[in-house]
This record gives sequence, structure tokens and C-alpha cells, in this order.
Amino acid sequence: MTLFADPVLVLVMLVNFVVLGTSRMRATIRASAAQGAILAVLPLLVQQEVRWHILVMAAGAATLKGLVIPGLLQKAMRDVQIRHEVEPYVGFLASLFIGAGGSGMAILFSSKLPLAPEHAGGLLVPAALSTVFTGFLILVTRRKAISQVVGYLVLENGIFIFGLLLIDAMPFMVEIGVLLDLFVGIFVMGIIMNRIREEFASLDTEHLAELRD
Amino acid sequence: MPAMLLILLPLAIAAVAYVVPSNRVRLMILPAGGTAHLVLSLAAVSSRGSGRGGEWLAIDALGGLVLLIVSTLFAICSFYAPGYLLVRLDRDSRLFTSCLFIFLGMTSAVALSQHLGLLWVAIETTTLATAPLLYFNRSSRSLEAAWKYLMIGSVGIAIALLGSLFIAYAAHLSGSEVSLFFRTLHENAAGFSRPWLRGGFVFLLVGYGTKMGLAPLHSWKPDAYGEAPGLVGALLAGGMTTCAFLALLRGYAIIEAGGEGAFARELLVTLGVLSLLVAAAFMVRQKDIKRLLAYSSVEQMGILVLGIGLGGLGIFGALLHTVNNALTKGVMFLAAGNIHRAYGSKNVTEVSGAIRRLPMSGPLFLAGFFAVTGSPPFGPFVSEFTILSAAIRSDRWGLAAVFLAALCVIFIGMGTTVFAVVQGRPSEESLRHTYKDRLRKTLPIFVSLGLVLMLGLWIPAPLRTLLEEASAMLGARP
Repeated sequence: MTLFADPVLVLVMLVNFVVLGTSRMRATIRASAAQGAILAVLPLLVQQEVRWHILVMAAGAATLKGLVIPGLLQKAMRDVQIRHEVEPYVGFLASLFIGAGGSGMAILFSSKLPLAPEHAGGLLVPAALSTVFTGFLILVTRRKAISQVVGYLVLENGIFIFGLLLIDAMPFMVEIGVLLDLFVGIFVMGIIMNRIREEFASLDTEHLAELRD
Repeated sequence: MPAMLLILLPLAIAAVAYVVPSNRVRLMILPAGGTAHLVLSLAAVSSRGSGRGGEWLAIDALGGLVLLIVSTLFAICSFYAPGYLLVRLDRDSRLFTSCLFIFLGMTSAVALSQHLGLLWVAIETTTLATAPLLYFNRSSRSLEAAWKYLMIGSVGIAIALLGSLFIAYAAHLSGSEVSLFFRTLHENAAGFSRPWLRGGFVFLLVGYGTKMGLAPLHSWKPDAYGEAPGLVGALLAGGMTTCAFLALLRGYAIIEAGGEGAFARELLVTLGVLSLLVAAAFMVRQKDIKRLLAYSSVEQMGILVLGIGLGGLGIFGALLHTVNNALTKGVMFLAAGNIHRAYGSKNVTEVSGAIRRLPMSGPLFLAGFFAVTGSPPFGPFVSEFTILSAAIRSDRWGLAAVFLAALCVIFIGMGTTVFAVVQGRPSEESLRHTYKDRLRKTLPIFVSLGLVLMLGLWIPAPLRTLLEEASAMLGARP
């Protein structure tokens, strides 16, 4: 079954680099949306038998990650009229290199971990770890609040991929809980972003640097 | 069923508080709801079972302890809250009150949860429920605090989820049926794949450690506590951190059962010592009293994980310290809230003579300082002494020396600021503020301080049993 999953995972990892390397906000949001939508296909590919709760989960993931959340982000972006991530703490080229290095480390690290026979040799673990790493990298290197939310989304995507290792074992309730939390989290973040805009008339978290010792 | 009620009751009250149009009624709902939850919790904990396994929600000793801590602290805060909200009538108390009760419901869910995944969902929801509480003052500073809290908190929680999944995969590899119920995890842990188990614990520690505010993952804490209303600060520092600590302990119990306890304890000791040192460094010359309390909380979290890391007697000490920490933080943050209100500032350069200006809150703040720094006869003295003797008994003299030295530096550093606040003459400007110390706003603090004092002199037998049972769950042999 990993036969079909691996090309998709390669695609997911490529999207990571798109998110890392682009400055246009619309493109990064679209890329993360595409990543979310691609991921929604994976549950169908990695499971041994088709079960209804997995179909529900896939549909839920596709709607949330591919449509709802990117929609919220696009709206926030239009409201504040920003198009580019300017002057991230680490340049786009540099973050591409760091991201590539991180992905390489992820592949090396996962080859050291013991794996169940059905997962051995597949790309699930490396893809999961490198996506988590990419999300984390975006979170810590970008200034704009929207970019940070995108980073959080990518991080969550990585965890979602890892969750697929356990698709036969994870109870339904937890899966739904994960999606719901993600949605509510983005929703609350959206509200706060809205306030940041009203307060500072931009979505630059640089303004949020008043509190320090 | 009573377990379910402990979660549903606060949620129902939250809904009612949101719908009720009258501010006065809402302010009465607060203490009534807090008391009802405390009574229910006491009843539920005294009739606790051993947890048959297979239940999503049940009360065991460890969860029961946390439930009691959170419920007691919330009850204290719920009597304080009306007085606070009355002076803040310019703000809408609907969302505030509802979020307080959602927080109570979700922390109860954390305490009762018997499943690694459910625990995670409950912790995430507490984070979301507290974000609006932080933003109550609607200033740019509180906005910044709320954003950092939400962002860093969410990332921490996401990493904790990855840790939970690692543990699940460790179980999957061992060929046993994967179930994330604690009971099953403990029973099967010995056969789990060790690398995945270790990795899982590291991620759980980073994730839930971020929620606890252990150094170096504490960057959100001074901002969040500094900008939060005193009441919210008390609930975060005493309740939220306790819940995150519980989550970490659940993870620890699993890795301990899996035979990797020594690995986990080393990590805990390292982070504990680091937190103590970082807190000490930032508390010296700290001008902002609420940020001072935040660093004090980093210190307390360090002591908690240090106690667990020492094992044996240290585990009992750490659990006792969890109780003491919550109650002491209640005293400190509520008293600091009153001081903040009376002076219109929380900066030590503008606040002085609190004992004269506030004949009740001033002395309470001072007494809270002595309690929080571990002076006898207050409770934290006993628990910190227990942890220290655990270090000495296991011949870790260097560790004991560092622990003592950090406590001394913190006592002096915190004392400098606290004495500057309480001594001297109140400034002309502060006397112009209309705020007066009223019993309504200080009685809950007296109760909290009374409990801290009681725990220093006498630990009631049922509480001792609860603490011993909880320690046994973490592998401490009596």
C-alpha cells in the first residue's frame, strides 16, 4: 500500500519547500491549503481495508485544511491588505537550505528507528518529521502573524501524517478531536489577528515586542 | 456518572452565565458555581475507585489530587471574582465568566481523563478557553500577551500530540493491541519499543513542559501572567500549570512502567535545575510585581519536576508541593491584583507603602512572599524540605547545594522587590485612587493563606492517603 502513498508524500515534502521559499502570502496560504487537501487523500491509501470512519475523517480533513482554514486566512489577508512576507528573521534562500538539511536529518533519523514491517522503507516517518520541522522553522523565522499561523498549520500537517501510522489503532474520537481543536485554534487565532490589526493596523508581530525584561 | 457531572456542571453554568442578561445575577453565579463544584469534587474524590480501566473518565488518586487542587483554587477565586468584576463594570463580564467556567470544566476533564488522547484534547481546550481571559483588559499589551500565549501554547500542545503518537507507535510495534488508556499502557509498557518510548517522553516533556512554563520553554509566561488580571494569573499559575504537570506525570508513569524511568528522571532533573537557575537570574532586580510572580512560577515548576526526577521521597514532596504551589499562587496573585488596582501600577518604582495603603492586601502579599519562598511555618517549607532530603538521601549533594543556593538567591531577589512594595510611604498619587481594601476582596485570600499555613503544620489524614496513593502510582515505594 505504501506503493501508492509514497508519491503523495513526496509531493507533500515538495510543498514544504514551496512554503519555505515564497514570499507571496497568497502563495503560501494556497500551498498549505494544497498540502492539507493532498494529505486528506492519504488515509485512503494507507489503510488495509476501507472503513466508514476513515472516509469521514478524510472528508473532514479535506474540508477543514483545504477549504475552511485557508478561507479564513485569505479573508484575514484581504482585510489587512498584506501581500508579502517582508524581511523574515531568516532569508528565504537560507530557510530553504535549512529546510533541506532538516529533511535530510529526518530521513537519516527515521532510518534508525525500528518500524513495523508494513511501514518499513516507506516515506511516512521521514515525511512526517520533515513537515513538523518545516512548520517549526516557519513559526520561528517569520514576522507576520498570518505566516506564523501557516507555520502552525504545516506543523499540524506533519503530525497528521505521523498519525497515519496508527490509523488502524487510533480511536475515532481522538481523530475528530484533533481536527476540531485545529479548527477552533485557528478560529481563535483569527479573532486575535483581527484585534492585532485593529490595534496596530498591520499584522506584523514585530509590533508585539513591548513585553520584555 | 459523577465524573461526567464534574465536567458538565461547569459547562452548563458557563452557558447560563453567558445567557443571563443581568450583571448582578452573573456575579452571584460565580461563587455558587465554584462552591458546588468543590463539594462535588470532594465527594467524588472521597469515593474514588482504583479505575477499572476502559473508562474514558474516572477518578484515580493522581487525577483526584489535581481535581481537588483546581477545584479549591477555583472556589477561592470565584469568591474573589465578583468584587473584581464590580470595579470593572466597564468591561463585559459575560465572556469572562463563561470562559472561567469553561476553564473549570476543561481542567476537571484533564484531571479525570484516563486516556492519553482525551487528556491532550482537554489540555488544548483549556488553552483556548484562557486566551479570551488574558485579553480581558483589551490593551495592546494584553493582546500581545494573548497572542504569544496562544501561539507558543499551541505549538507546545502540538508537540505533545506528537509525543502521544510516538508512545502509541511504541505500543503498536510491541505487537500488543494499541490502546491509549493509561491502565492498558501501564500493563503493556514493559514490552514497548524503547527508542519510540524515549522519543515519546521527550516530546511530551517539551510539549507539556511548554504549558507548565519550564525553562527554557517559559518565554510566554512573564508576558501572560504580567498582563492577565490577578484572578486569571492565579488560575493559570495554580490551575493550568498543575494540569500540564499532571499530563507530564501521566507520561512519566508510562515510561517508568516501560523500564526507562532513569532516562526520564535525568531529563526532569536537568530541566528542573535549569528552571531554578533561570528563574533566579530573572527575579533579581525584577521591577514588575506580576512578572516577578511569573518567574516565581517558573521556579516552582522547576521544583516540581526536580522532585519527580529525584524519585522516591521526592515524588511525595513534589505532589505535596503541587498543592502548596496552587494555594500560594492564589494568595500572591490575588493580593497583587488588589495592589495593582489600588496603585494603578504594578511597577515597583511606583508602588510603595502597601502595608499602610492596603491594611489587608499588603500584609497578605508579604505573608504570601514568605510562603512562596519556602519559609516556615508555611506549607511550601515542608514540601521543599522533603525534596531536599530526597536529594540528600540519594547522596546527590551537588544537586542539593544548587537547589539550596537557587532558593537563597530567589529569596533575596524576590524579597528586595516585595519589601520595596510593602514598606515605606504610599505615594501621593496612589492615595488619590478610590480603591479601598474590603473584606469581600481579601477574605478569599485569607482562606487561601490559612490553607497554606495549615499544610505547613498539619496534613489531614485523607489528603496524606491521597498523596501516598498518587506517589505509588508514580513508582514511589513507601
